[in-house]
Amino acid sequence: MSQTLNTKRAQRNSAGPYGKIGQSLNELDDRLGIAKGGRTFLDKIFPDHWSFMLGEIALYSFVVLLVTGVFLTLYYVPSQDLTTYTGSYLPLYGQKVTEAFASTVNLSFAVRAGLLMRQMHHWSCDIFVGAIVVHMGRVFFTGAFRKPRETNWVIGTTLLILAIVNGFLGYSLPDDLVSGTGIRIAYSIILSIPVVGSYVAFFLFGGNFPGTSIIPRFFILHVLIIPLVILALVGAHMGLLVRQKHTQFPGKGKTENNVVGTPMYPVFMAKTTGFMFVVAGAIALLGAFAQINPIWQFGPYTASRISYAVQPDWYMGFLDGALRIFPAWSFHSFGHTIPLEVTIPAVIFPGILFNLIMAWPAIERKFTKDNAMHNLLDRPSERPKRTAAGVAVAVLCAMLFIASSTDVIANFFHVSLNTVLWAMRILCVVVPILAYPITYKIAREMQGFAGAGKRKTTNIVTRTLEGEYVATPAPVYVDDLTHEHEPDAVPVPTYVVVGESSQDDETISGVRRVPR
Amino acid sequence: MSEHEQRTPVQLNSVSADDPRLQPAARRPELVEKVIALTFVLGIVLIAGFGAAYWVNAAPWTLGATFGGGLTLMGVGLIAWGKYLMPRGPFVEERHTMASSDEERNAFAAAIVERGGGVVKRRKFLGGLLGAGMGIFGVVAAFPLVRSLGPLPKGTLFHTDWAKGTYLVDITGRRVHHDDLAVGSIVTVYPEGLENTDNGQAVDQTVLIRISNENFVTQKGRETWGPSGYLAYSKLCTHLGCPVGLYEQQLQLLVCPCHQSMFDVTNGCIPNFGPAPRPLPQLPLQFDSAGFLQSQSDFNQPVGPGFWERS
Repeated sequence: MSQTLNTKRAQRNSAGPYGKIGQSLNELDDRLGIAKGGRTFLDKIFPDHWSFMLGEIALYSFVVLLVTGVFLTLYYVPSQDLTTYTGSYLPLYGQKVTEAFASTVNLSFAVRAGLLMRQMHHWSCDIFVGAIVVHMGRVFFTGAFRKPRETNWVIGTTLLILAIVNGFLGYSLPDDLVSGTGIRIAYSIILSIPVVGSYVAFFLFGGNFPGTSIIPRFFILHVLIIPLVILALVGAHMGLLVRQKHTQFPGKGKTENNVVGTPMYPVFMAKTTGFMFVVAGAIALLGAFAQINPIWQFGPYTASRISYAVQPDWYMGFLDGALRIFPAWSFHSFGHTIPLEVTIPAVIFPGILFNLIMAWPAIERKFTKDNAMHNLLDRPSERPKRTAAGVAVAVLCAMLFIASSTDVIANFFHVSLNTVLWAMRILCVVVPILAYPITYKIAREMQGFAGAGKRKTTNIVTRTLEGEYVATPAPVYVDDLTHEHEPDAVPVPTYVVVGESSQDDETISGVRRVPR
Repeated sequence: MSEHEQRTPVQLNSVSADDPRLQPAARRPELVEKVIALTFVLGIVLIAGFGAAYWVNAAPWTLGATFGGGLTLMGVGLIAWGKYLMPRGPFVEERHTMASSDEERNAFAAAIVERGGGVVKRRKFLGGLLGAGMGIFGVVAAFPLVRSLGPLPKGTLFHTDWAKGTYLVDITGRRVHHDDLAVGSIVTVYPEGLENTDNGQAVDQTVLIRISNENFVTQKGRETWGPSGYLAYSKLCTHLGCPVGLYEQQLQLLVCPCHQSMFDVTNGCIPNFGPAPRPLPQLPLQFDSAGFLQSQSDFNQPVGPGFWERS
């Protein structure tokens, strides 16, 4: 019978309606039972709002970090042993430098695409932390952290802390003059912790500063331990996201019990993969055209040398600013010293800040007594107190960030350092305190408008013959209403029948027929 | 017969190709398709260009421009494909409540509390022993892990390598003579023999300044510490240990570039600006018979930033 025939057609027919791919999927399903869950995953809906893209920036810059980081580990030597630099950068030729410094300069100048990879790595780190912060702002101000997503908020905050710590460690690895000074400061901050500070510092650094273990220890933390934790937490972050599904802004057809938007496959997949390319491409362009951390200009680290106008990477700025403006309140008594001028701004303040951020979902629930599930997002103006509190904290951090460049400001505007310091001390207290009531007021005012937050219609201002100006609302453009004409959302169809029109063309208004 | 053939085919829910939600968002899809194709072609050209640039070892910016430009163009094209040419939706997905039924919840809680907890409750003594064992193991395992990382601080933070009769040398190892510095000059000095060591650089570093005796306030008990206007102060800022590397000659101030603490050289290096809480420790100086500078002893205080054990 036909069994004996072994034509391609026969093979295709025996493979079932979806061919070889279908067959292998069935084989997989026989063993793993993936069909149901896989289908649900393909149909996962992603909301279309642009603000959901911020977390993607963080994710994809992390991917760039991993790829470029692996490249760098192939050439970087994590050692503080002294060597004589004999590479191609002449100003350093013949100088005694550490292996770490020499290998970083060499991988920048002697390795093909090395400089590009290094600059991409540094840029993607700055973008990674930045994207996390902005993404966090979106989650905070729209109330996306509320039940059931408190755990993911805590994971996200932990990721921010780890990103900052790992950024600092990586920034220190080249062992250049600027980063070495940063390590010296970090050592002193650890030293300032009451009771255990000197022990913690000695154990972390393997002795008194600088010792010979910092670079190897920072290296293994930076390239293995912390990235692994970050990777695991990113996995958990994504896993919870899929399990709990996305939040969404209120809108047509959107309820607490559904998600409206774009399906995972293939639409979102195309968009997000494209976006990954764009993020990586933008970082590559930055790496190509915007110089970052030119360590050969700073020179190798020597404990008794220092450079003027040194600033850390941006995400450490708020701590540096806090250290600059905090008064010299050292506590000496009972035979002990608590260097409050360091402990408060660099240990207690960030401790309170990050604990407050982590605990915020619980704190808010305490005040609102709201224990319900929330899948629809708030507009920031709908929750004036939360928005005001968030703005106050953000403004405080921004002011401290500005305070981290008091010397540069004084130099640039030709004012005395004393004036700048005192201005920043006052501003760091006053501006956040003012930010709260102002934000609160603005949010309350916005609540009063019908359709607040939507696009405003244009006014046409005309001058009458008497010279009076009259504003009349312009007619609404049809474009503005297309959202209202949007068809109702349906579940993602299983498969598409081509050529069998279910409705006549004329009955569907505004639909273009397209040959596919 | 294979298993698949035994299954009865089922009807899948289908949708017509002209369903409005399956239409592309673009008004003129053919045009958009051409634009995307152009973007892809340009992207491919740039990525191939990156390969060529890498091959000939071109300048880093060429590598970055071709690589970044190519990736960006491919990405933009792909996003545009997804956004304008794929089904525009909207589509919806139902959310299912996370919470299980009461029965399932009770069964789960009962399994944990009764089945496991009951076993422990019946054998409290064993449970206690196990807990104690794990606790002790944790402490014992953590102790060497932590303790092996570094030495105990002991007195390290209190002392430097300066002692009675240590010669002051500059970074090249040359001793400093009475006639070496003009008034208003400054040099960083180290204990002789330690100028190129980690400890000498990081802990013992000292600024030697020669000032004129006018306007100089001698601190009580330090009358003999600064012979011939030579003053030596620890170079470690008392705020966070940065080298106090800037000397404002007109104002006779030592300035820390990290957080702008300023120390008054004419008055025992007492901080008069910024976050530093204490004066820079001073190193008592003397001349040997040949006129070379020596330290009389260690610094009068522990150098560098504050820590708990410091009184």
